[in-house]
Amino acid sequence: VTTTTLPPGSRTEPVSTPPGGISDRSRAERKLGWMLAGPAFVVMMLVTAYPILQAVYYSLFNYRLTDPENKSFVGLGNYWVILTDSLWWQAVLVTVFITIVTVVVELVLGFALALVMSKALQALRPILRAAILIPYAVITVVSAFSWQFAFSITTGFVNSWLSWLPGIGADTDWFGGKWSSLLVICLSEIWKTTPFISLLLLAGLAQVPDVLQEAAQVDGATWWQRLFRVTIPNMKAAIMVALLFRSLDAFRIFDSIFVMTAGANGTESVSFLAYRETISRVEIGMGSAVSVLLFLCVVLIAFGFIKGFKIDLAQARGEG
Amino acid sequence: MSRREKTWWWIAGVVILLYCLFPIAWIVSLSFKSPADIANQQFLPSTATTENYSTILTGSASDLFLPALRNSFGICLIATFISCILSMFAAYAIARLDFPGKRLILSAALAVAIFPVISIVTPLFNLWRQIGLYDTWLGLIIPYLSLTLPLSIWTMSAFFREIPWEMEQAAQVDGATTWQAFRKVIVPLATPGVFTTAIIAFFIAWNDFAYGISLTSTSAARPVPAALGLFSGASQFEDPTGAIAAAAVVVTIPVVVLVLLFQRRIVAGLTNGAVKG
Repeated sequence: VTTTTLPPGSRTEPVSTPPGGISDRSRAERKLGWMLAGPAFVVMMLVTAYPILQAVYYSLFNYRLTDPENKSFVGLGNYWVILTDSLWWQAVLVTVFITIVTVVVELVLGFALALVMSKALQALRPILRAAILIPYAVITVVSAFSWQFAFSITTGFVNSWLSWLPGIGADTDWFGGKWSSLLVICLSEIWKTTPFISLLLLAGLAQVPDVLQEAAQVDGATWWQRLFRVTIPNMKAAIMVALLFRSLDAFRIFDSIFVMTAGANGTESVSFLAYRETISRVEIGMGSAVSVLLFLCVVLIAFGFIKGFKIDLAQARGEG
Repeated sequence: MSRREKTWWWIAGVVILLYCLFPIAWIVSLSFKSPADIANQQFLPSTATTENYSTILTGSASDLFLPALRNSFGICLIATFISCILSMFAAYAIARLDFPGKRLILSAALAVAIFPVISIVTPLFNLWRQIGLYDTWLGLIIPYLSLTLPLSIWTMSAFFREIPWEMEQAAQVDGATTWQAFRKVIVPLATPGVFTTAIIAFFIAWNDFAYGISLTSTSAARPVPAALGLFSGASQFEDPTGAIAAAAVVVTIPVVVLVLLFQRRIVAGLTNGAVKG
């Protein structure tokens, strides 16, 4: 997903309406606007709103694809089964863990990358920019494989490289336990998405007025003081937007887990649980209920962020 | 800048380069290992071989990999094309016209962008089976639009806003017809934005895994990421590691080429409309 906020001018400027209703001209403009933008809008709604409504409907049934005759209405029964099952709560816990760890590390690391890029020598800048786009553009599955093979007990080099560390030897099985598996999953995610965050933060950095920096410097502020008192407060909007979108993205984690552990050793995420119920077990009713719950989680996070941190998406354009 | 300071910036730059390229270097190195070398637990192969590439391009795994590569290119290009056309009209309307639905469309795009893919997969899986779209190109192109459209609308309307539209009238005042003004003035100004949006949309479609793995079952429509994910499960050949690495390198080549050619534009596209005003 890319992170975007309202582009400038998206607020509808007041149309000068003559008394007694809208003019023919603005009516024509309105019609043309919908004619041009309508198809894109309709397609977006068809591919998301319709399926989610369908999922809400299926989630009320006990419905197995291989056994369609016994489809029966169970009301909120599926939700009850899920919410009282430790599998669901474990998946939620894993997902929340991955989200918090990756987003925090990515933010700090991404900020450091952005600082270096903003100060980097002219000669280095294009090379760095190209390099930093590569993790962003590489397929998640490829990143997951690369990290999995690196840490794997048979094909990996990590064990032999890190054998000087206590507790790591040729027989260290990173994918044998829950937390070590999650660590490698997080590493792969962090590697792939940090560059994207750093690009957003770099654009945010460019908005911090130089005058403020210079004024602080003249007043004798140290580098750290300037960073925490001038730079960061002035790019709060950019940070919040990056944080919001990355959190939502991280919460939907699926690809890396599928490739690296396939949910083994309790590393199942909420998305993976929904996939397994629907596609592997063809429990359409149960899978739909998990999907709806996942959707509600995402809505809750987005809502929490926007209300809790008072993110005004329009403010992020630097107009705040 | 002092000499010492300069050295530090160089070191920081090199660290970033290593960070970005290391996992790619590893998968490339792995793809050149022979079966005997795969488990040597070293970063580099003891002797480089192209065996893995022959496996996926002409050998035993080619009937898995080549159709997947064709599917990926076909499906992603078509999805990118459709979403660019649709969002071109939408972005034009958002950038130039005044109509009350503007905000609604942008908010809808935002909502669709944060939508969890898996939540759509479940109902689509069932629906596609009923209406015969399961395991077809169209069955993937449609959901891919949910990935590419929101982003295309946002990115393109940010680009279109920066176009000096007055130039169109200026050209007409100078005696150009409406069509000439559009073709000679507006099209050249709008093309970079459309083009950049297309690249980013293509990346997103190319990266998809969840739809690919859930809505296909054979090589009729299965894209590369999904095929790669299943290489490990199905034991088509003895140790799939080398073949997976080689296939991973092949699918990474197009995106690396795009990045190297258009890095400046891609960065502008990703951050334009995001944090820049």
